[in-house]
Amino acid sequence: MLNGPVIVVASLLYLGLLFAIAWWGDKRADQGRSVISSPTIYALSMAVYCTTWTFYGSVGRAAVSGIGFLPIYLGPTLVMALGWFLLLKMIRTAKANRITSIADFISSRYGKSLLLGGLVTVIAVVGIVPYIALQLKAVSGSVSLLLNYPEIVMPGRSTALPVFADMSFYIALILAAFTIVFGTRHLDATERHEGMVAAIALESVVKLLAFLAVGLYVTYGIYDGFADIFQYAADDDRLRRLSTAIPSGQGYTGWFSLTLLAGLAILFLPRQFQIAVVENVNESHLKRAAWLFPLYLLLINLFVLPIALGGLLHFSGQGVDADTFVLTLPMAHHQEGLALLVFIGGLSAATGMVIVETIALSTMVCNDLVMPALIHLRGAALAEASDLSRLLLRIRRGAILVILLLGYLYFRLAGEAYALVAIGLISFAAVAQFAPAMIGGMYWRGGTRGGALAGLSAGSLVWAYTLLLPSFAKSGWLATDFLTQGPFGFNLLRPQQLFGLDGLDEISHCLFWSFFANIGAYVAVSIMRSPTAAEASQARLFVDALKYARPVGAALWRGLAKVSDLTALVGRFLGPQRAESAFADYAKRHGQVAIDALEADAELVHFAESLLAGTIGSASARVMVASVAKEEPLSASEVMNILDEASQLRSYSRELERKSRELEAATRDLKSANERLQELDRVKDDIMSSVTHELRTPLTSIRAFTEMLRDDPKMRLAERERFLGLVVSESDRLARLINQTLDLAKIESGNADWRGSALDLKEVIEQSVASTSQLFNEKGARVELDLQSGLPSILADRDRLIQVMLNLLSNAVKFLPLNAGRVCVSLRAGAQGLEVGVADNGPGIRVQDQQVIFEKFRQVGDSLTNKPAGTGLGLPISRRIIEHFGGRLWVDSVPGEGATFRFFLPFAPDNGV
Amino acid sequence: MNKKVLIADDEPNIVISLEFLLRREGFDVLVAVDGEEALVKAREEKPDLILLDVMMPKMNGFDLCQALRADHDLDDMRILMLSAKGRETEVSKGLGLGADAYVTKPFSTKELVLQVRSLLGV
Amino acid sequence: MRRGILTGERLVAVFLCGCVLFNYPLLSLFDRRVDLFGIPLIYVYVFTAWAGLIALMAWFTERRGE
Repeated sequence: MLNGPVIVVASLLYLGLLFAIAWWGDKRADQGRSVISSPTIYALSMAVYCTTWTFYGSVGRAAVSGIGFLPIYLGPTLVMALGWFLLLKMIRTAKANRITSIADFISSRYGKSLLLGGLVTVIAVVGIVPYIALQLKAVSGSVSLLLNYPEIVMPGRSTALPVFADMSFYIALILAAFTIVFGTRHLDATERHEGMVAAIALESVVKLLAFLAVGLYVTYGIYDGFADIFQYAADDDRLRRLSTAIPSGQGYTGWFSLTLLAGLAILFLPRQFQIAVVENVNESHLKRAAWLFPLYLLLINLFVLPIALGGLLHFSGQGVDADTFVLTLPMAHHQEGLALLVFIGGLSAATGMVIVETIALSTMVCNDLVMPALIHLRGAALAEASDLSRLLLRIRRGAILVILLLGYLYFRLAGEAYALVAIGLISFAAVAQFAPAMIGGMYWRGGTRGGALAGLSAGSLVWAYTLLLPSFAKSGWLATDFLTQGPFGFNLLRPQQLFGLDGLDEISHCLFWSFFANIGAYVAVSIMRSPTAAEASQARLFVDALKYARPVGAALWRGLAKVSDLTALVGRFLGPQRAESAFADYAKRHGQVAIDALEADAELVHFAESLLAGTIGSASARVMVASVAKEEPLSASEVMNILDEASQLRSYSRELERKSRELEAATRDLKSANERLQELDRVKDDIMSSVTHELRTPLTSIRAFTEMLRDDPKMRLAERERFLGLVVSESDRLARLINQTLDLAKIESGNADWRGSALDLKEVIEQSVASTSQLFNEKGARVELDLQSGLPSILADRDRLIQVMLNLLSNAVKFLPLNAGRVCVSLRAGAQGLEVGVADNGPGIRVQDQQVIFEKFRQVGDSLTNKPAGTGLGLPISRRIIEHFGGRLWVDSVPGEGATFRFFLPFAPDNGV
Repeated sequence: MNKKVLIADDEPNIVISLEFLLRREGFDVLVAVDGEEALVKAREEKPDLILLDVMMPKMNGFDLCQALRADHDLDDMRILMLSAKGRETEVSKGLGLGADAYVTKPFSTKELVLQVRSLLGV
Repeated sequence: MRRGILTGERLVAVFLCGCVLFNYPLLSLFDRRVDLFGIPLIYVYVFTAWAGLIALMAWFTERRGE
């Protein structure tokens, strides 16, 4: 089954699928329905980090150094935790300044320097091209392995073949074509490739599934789980050290260096910058990526060591390269389908890396090398050309082809040499040189163009001397004397023991010296002079990227320009139609109907420049805009003033917003307070009205009787005495009413005078009953007492409790039937307190009235005769008294069967039961 | 024939004083202690005048006044409202519902008698 | 906004924690010839700590409301 045609067809089908997805993604993006607006897709696309160097190479490394390969994935995991700050700032800055590559980022930060952009591009190309070569090697190696199936034959040196018979050459061409179609379908001001991102996310899934499949097969198919493999390994003298001792030949320093290196690579590798920063559609996607990407890394590494051990055990002494175990183990066990899946997974890893890396590099080459050179050399001709967008596309496509061919060339030259095998880490160390200029640029305003140039140059020279050249020497391209004795015999200058620094592995050694030189030069040169206007303004834009509400770039330009010049300029690079629509959009946003109505102010110039920046890089854009707009240079102090103003304005407006929010809140509070007051006022009115009504009623009788007595001297004596008696009783009622109203007011306002003491409730009840016995006798009623004795005391005011009891008893009397009345007073102990009940055999109280009777002045009942006795305040006062002592007062009643008023009082705290 | 007066009030002592006062003036006096009783007695006895308290159980004075005025058999009956509630709004409410006069408690017995006489045209 | 700041601080804490967990000297404590369920201790340690950090990051970034 595994033969040439099958492999070719499978590969082409897979690439076709990728292309279909990318095409679909781009089409959806054009319709404004992005398929990549998902945090999961963003996180998966970040896994472009895992190339064939991971897919095939991790097992190879593990076979030599045990778990020493892991820092390459632990570093990114740790940095992703910081991604919340670092990546967020990079994304914000890049979006605000239309930055489309890491070269552009550094160049733009240090005053839109052409030289700096070019230097970064050169370092990136030198560092990355060999890495691309590694991908070509892996793919061609895996194809030739499969072609020899069922034999397992290590790929020979394909360099023996002429170029046109070399499969790798065609693979490079296919990948170039593929990348051109993916990456340069059209020019875009933001340099985003949604279709490509969707395809990369799919590739990440494919390579993970393929790797997990092999891992599961080896661990559980060939062996009997992790423990089984490790057991076999432990029995083998050569393998034991792999599974037990940590970084053999590497030490903890090496482990740390690798972690640091990989952590920096995840930020500054051109492909990672492309995916994580340029292609980011939504900042909030970072949150998912923060854990999902590390999880991906964990999963793809879970089976690395078992596969390595499995391969070493199986192919012991057969000369099979550990880098091929992922593929050769399934082949050796005749798992053809699995082998094909692994091959596709490896293809995924390679194509993903090559596509994104090449697009990122070609953007840098075009914007930071070729365009500046063209502008410099042929500026006049460019200014006359009407549409440069095709030229730009041709440059990009050319760059892609050239980069891939360079990769192929390196592969042919290096072949199996050490220089290729070790290139992963050498590449990482190269891009790590960007770190000081990048991180310093984002957090330190003082960094200058000179400092960045010096740091980058020094760092990359040291890198080349301590890592790249030695790798050439180890490949046999240079005399090894250079390594062992130093150049021209200068022992101190031995590249891997520089100045005699011994005892470090080569990566740690390189990292130390290159960072020493890089950071040292960057800082030293930066602090030699203060930043220029351009540097200072860009420094503020970058360092304070998270502070400015909107880009302030426009404020930093002063000069003269014509709208027609600007539109024509942008049109030359973006194509007239795209430029037209971009400017029309801008006009609409600024309330103008047509582009002609626009004013060529600083903002428009800035807009034009940022449009160009997306296409040709910020440094070139600055040059091109300067060619049509006459700029008056700003001094450094003017720039600082403008920026200070901008940040002050922002803080003023924040302050204002805060104040206005406070005012709103205060207004709301006042409003509700006013409503409460009005409500209270209404309640007070009602009470006043009730009180006056209640006072006027007895007053009316008193006045009527006295007037009648006065006006009618001939009134009969009996009549006279009767009326006088009524006057007295109404006066009593009036006095009682006034007293109770005052009493209630005192209780309610909290001014009542409470005397709390431990009381025997039984004694209180007995006294109250005794003092009301006259009332009961008059009505011919009977009082029964059912009082438990020996109960614990309660804490209350004796006089107040007597007041409550009298009130309840006199209330009961009022409603008793004449001569048949019966009142039963009970006292019982509950778990928490005492309960008193006053039950009568009166008419009872309707359910709807059982709450009403506790309201002020709300008497219930239609008994004409009893009315004058009540004030309508007795029960409300009683309830408040009981509640004051922590109890409850309520009534149980069934109409027709009498009513029982009950109250509960808690025990005094010190003798709680 | 003596004029007939119905007293509708739930305050026993006020009823006693009004009854005494009006009898002395030579009127026939009827008493009702709540709104419903007052409505029944007004329809049965067709008094010439009703003294109506506003705050009464079962049916308050305002509702009773409205009910009486809706009954065209009682068109000739005069209504005098008596109330301890003396606010402007209550006075105009009572008059608006068809009462002929509104007297606030406490009242002067002389003035009340004059008011009753003039309403009855004696 | 406050929540964003808090999430950021938590993630920095995860970073620092990871730096300690994955370096000398803590790492050396587990670099022994000891097996756990038949698997070398260092292997179990690194992957467990790694998974723990990832779980923490997921918890901090994905939880809602607060």
